[in-house]
Formats: sequence, structure tokens, C-alpha cells
Amino acid sequence: MSALLEAAAPLPGLPDPVHDSQATFRTVMNALARPGQPQKLDTGDFKAPAPLSNTAAAIALSLVDYDTPVWLDSALAGSSEVRQFLRFHTGCPITADRGEASFALISDAERMPPLASFNQGTLEYPDRSTTIIAMVDRLTGPKAVTLSGPGLKTPAGFGANPLPLSFWAELATIHAQFPRGVDMLFVTKKQVAGLPRSTRIETKDR
Amino acid sequence: MNAQADTATQAGEGEYNFAYLDEQTKRMIRRAILKAIAVPGYQVPFASREMPMPYGWGTGGVQVTASILGRDDVLKVIDQGSDDTTNAVSIRAFFEKTAQVATTTRTDEATIIQTRHRIPEKALKEDQIIVYQVPIPEPLRFLEPRETETRKMHALAEYGLMHVKLYEDIARHGHIATTYAYPVKVDGRYVMDPSPTPKFDNPKMHEMDALQLFGAGREKRIYAIPPHTAVESLDFEDYPFEIQKFDRPCAICGAENVYLDEVVLDDRGGRMFVCSDTDHCEERRAAGHTGEAGGIPLKGEETAR
Repeated sequence: MSALLEAAAPLPGLPDPVHDSQATFRTVMNALARPGQPQKLDTGDFKAPAPLSNTAAAIALSLVDYDTPVWLDSALAGSSEVRQFLRFHTGCPITADRGEASFALISDAERMPPLASFNQGTLEYPDRSTTIIAMVDRLTGPKAVTLSGPGLKTPAGFGANPLPLSFWAELATIHAQFPRGVDMLFVTKKQVAGLPRSTRIETKDR
Repeated sequence: MNAQADTATQAGEGEYNFAYLDEQTKRMIRRAILKAIAVPGYQVPFASREMPMPYGWGTGGVQVTASILGRDDVLKVIDQGSDDTTNAVSIRAFFEKTAQVATTTRTDEATIIQTRHRIPEKALKEDQIIVYQVPIPEPLRFLEPRETETRKMHALAEYGLMHVKLYEDIARHGHIATTYAYPVKVDGRYVMDPSPTPKFDNPKMHEMDALQLFGAGREKRIYAIPPHTAVESLDFEDYPFEIQKFDRPCAICGAENVYLDEVVLDDRGGRMFVCSDTDHCEERRAAGHTGEAGGIPLKGEETAR
């Protein structure tokens, strides 16, 4: 009986919730304030249920709560462990409607849904848009782009892999409707890079 | 675990959560800060809490600082450039008590600088964050009292009214008479109130290396300027933006091209002009610079001539 209960219990949350979430938030803040510059995100011994990565889970546990509906991609939504883990530690509503999501967690970035289907905010309230946390393998890539704008002293190259082929064109379209838009966080196993909607994206001619 | 127990013991009778605010409040403020950074100059509404100090004493700045502050941060708090006025001293003491963080008066030692109405003279660095206390975040508020209307004006980037206001300044006074809270445009999009800093400080906001966060507690707004962002003070081609100029250096340290405070010395018209940024002044004096007051504020003497 007790063995059954233990098997069903979600994995522990952040070991030191107050200071771990502060440190995670500061890393995410720096990532969004300095677009495209990978920031080191050390999660220590903290473990999240697969396919949720430790880094993405640390960000979710630091920022998400009962006020913020979360959308999960099919791999994450398909795992009862992941859903239980998020629900238990944050109390967040899990939504199937991308248009009402405050946060989106994406484990399979290559099959990311159309960015336009997420909440873009309104002209009056652009802050009500979705923040997308996408798990990627690497923060480099052959389909690299050049970023400029707020947070960047000089234009800088950026890439993330894997991403859908149409991703950068899609994101550039979204950014053109500034101040509406979505904000991206790309997370690897050890790093996070931000791409807020204020960043201007130049795709390289091919 | 042990670290938490230690913190509680050190806090003594208080036993506040780290940096006073509860975790749910911090998360809500942190989310607002992230959106503020993503949309530079846009005022993000947030559920401002009652703080153990009255509105108008920096409750917005305090909530922003409390939400970003970590154990390893070094905090500096200034009020009109000064580290030793009531507001600065009490906010510093507040965080020493509730977060046990290190504090400093030295601009270059601080990781977070909370400020009321000044930007330090020394250029801020990449790894620093400056938090402004803001009384009225809406630059259009005195021109259009309705929030529904100002929100629409921001949505449509309809800022003609602000230029009319500046034009009326010129028509009435012959120059733009706005000297503080001088409106700026951030990254070519949002018109923003830089809080009541003297316009002398506006150029420092442009392409600043540090992250700038703004918190308005009573008005419940947070906004931000990421590092290296274009911040342009509104003006006209024939009436370009100008900062205040002082015709004398600081009486104590001899600094030029800094913002000066007028200090009345007696009831016979005696006065002197000294650095508003006390840390900058002290640092210069320590380096051997002296002004016409001979490095010491003179008491009861006719000075500053």
C-alpha cells in the first residue's frame, strides 16, 4: 500500500524554493534583458519528470502559479507524471487552449505549433501574451539569425536547434506586430536564452 | 535547509519571508518585470501590495527590489542622489532586516541600486540593475486624466498631445520649461515617464549598460528599459532637448558637469551648490579634489562666490 502511494507521489520541487526560484528568475530576467545571450542556469540536484527538462521545470516552478494557465505540448500533456508534477508544485491550471495560456511548455521544439496560435496580447494590454518555454538541444544552429534592438549593444548572431523550418520567418512576422507578440525562452540542459518580442530578427539570405 | 534555519534565527523577532514579500507576490511581480522588459517602456499593471511604509515612500521600488533581490546582492539606496536621507536610510535598513543583504553607499560596489529621483553620476555597468521609485508612471496623466483614454493613446502610439504640451511650454516661456519627469520615447515606440529625475539625467538612460526597472506602488505599474536601449527625450528640431547647465562647480569637490543641489546657508542670501550625488562627491574628495569651500562645508559663512 505504502509502496503504491510512493510510486504515485510527484517528484520533489525546488530544494530551496525561496532562493532557488529567485536565482532562476534572475537568470531568466537577464536572458530576456540580453536577447540571444545564453545564461547559465544551474539546477543542482533538482530533477523533473521526463520529458520535462530540469531547466524548463525550474523556470516553471519559479514563475507559474494558480494565476497562470499553462499549455503543454502533446509529449508533456501525455505524461500524467508531468501534469501531476506541475499541478502539485504550482497549482497552475493546465489548458488546451493556446490562446488563453500565460505560459507554454514545449518539449518537442521541432513540432512547435504555429506561434500565431498563442496569446499575442492586445494593443492595450500587450503584457497578457504567452511566454513560450521551448526545450532545445543546442543554442546554435545552421539556421542562425542576426538579432538587434533593446538589450543588444551590437547586432549578434543567434540560433537554436531543433526548430521548425518556418520558425524564424514566423517569429519575424509576429515581431512585426509589436507591441503584440510572444516572448520566447529557449532552454537547454544547462542554459537559457531569451528572445523577447522587442528583438529585431534578420534572417540570413540563403 | 540549514541555510533557511539560519536566516530565521538571524531575523530574530521579525522572521519575515526573505525580502518581506510572500512568494506568490514575488512571482506575480517577477512575471510583470519579464513582460516589462519584453515591451520596453510599456507600463505593466501589477497587484501592488501594501507595504510597511506609506505610498509615496517608494513602495513600488521596494516591491521591485524585493522581488529581484538575492542573498548575494549588494544594495545601494539613494534619495535625490543622497545615501543618507530618511527615505534611503530606512529602505536600506528595511532590506538589511528582512533580507540580511549587504548594503553599500558606493555606486560601483552595488549590484542593485534603488533610487528616488536621481541616476548616479558614475556610469552604471552591465551587471548592475537600477530600480526607480515612481510616483506617477503615466506621462500623459496630467494631459488626459482617463486611464481608458491614455491606454488607447499608448496602444495607437498617439502622442501628439505630449508634443502640444511641450509646444505650449515654448509658446508661454520661450523654451521647454519641463525640468524633471521629462518625457522620453523608448526604442522609438512608447512614451515613458522617467520618474521625477531632473532632465539632466535623461541622457544617462540612453543606451545605458545596466538594466533599468521602474516601480509605481500606488499606481500599480511596473515598466523597464533593457540595457543598450535607445531612449530619446522628446523635443523639436528648432528647440532641441537640452539639459540643465550649472555655471559653477561643486563647492565641496569641484566637480563640473554634475547635477548640483542648492544649499541655503543662512538668512542673508548665503548659499552654495554641491553635488547631489553624495557618493560621487565623497569619492572625489577622497581622491584629493576640493572645491571653493575648501573641501569642508563652511558653516555660517558667505560662500559660493
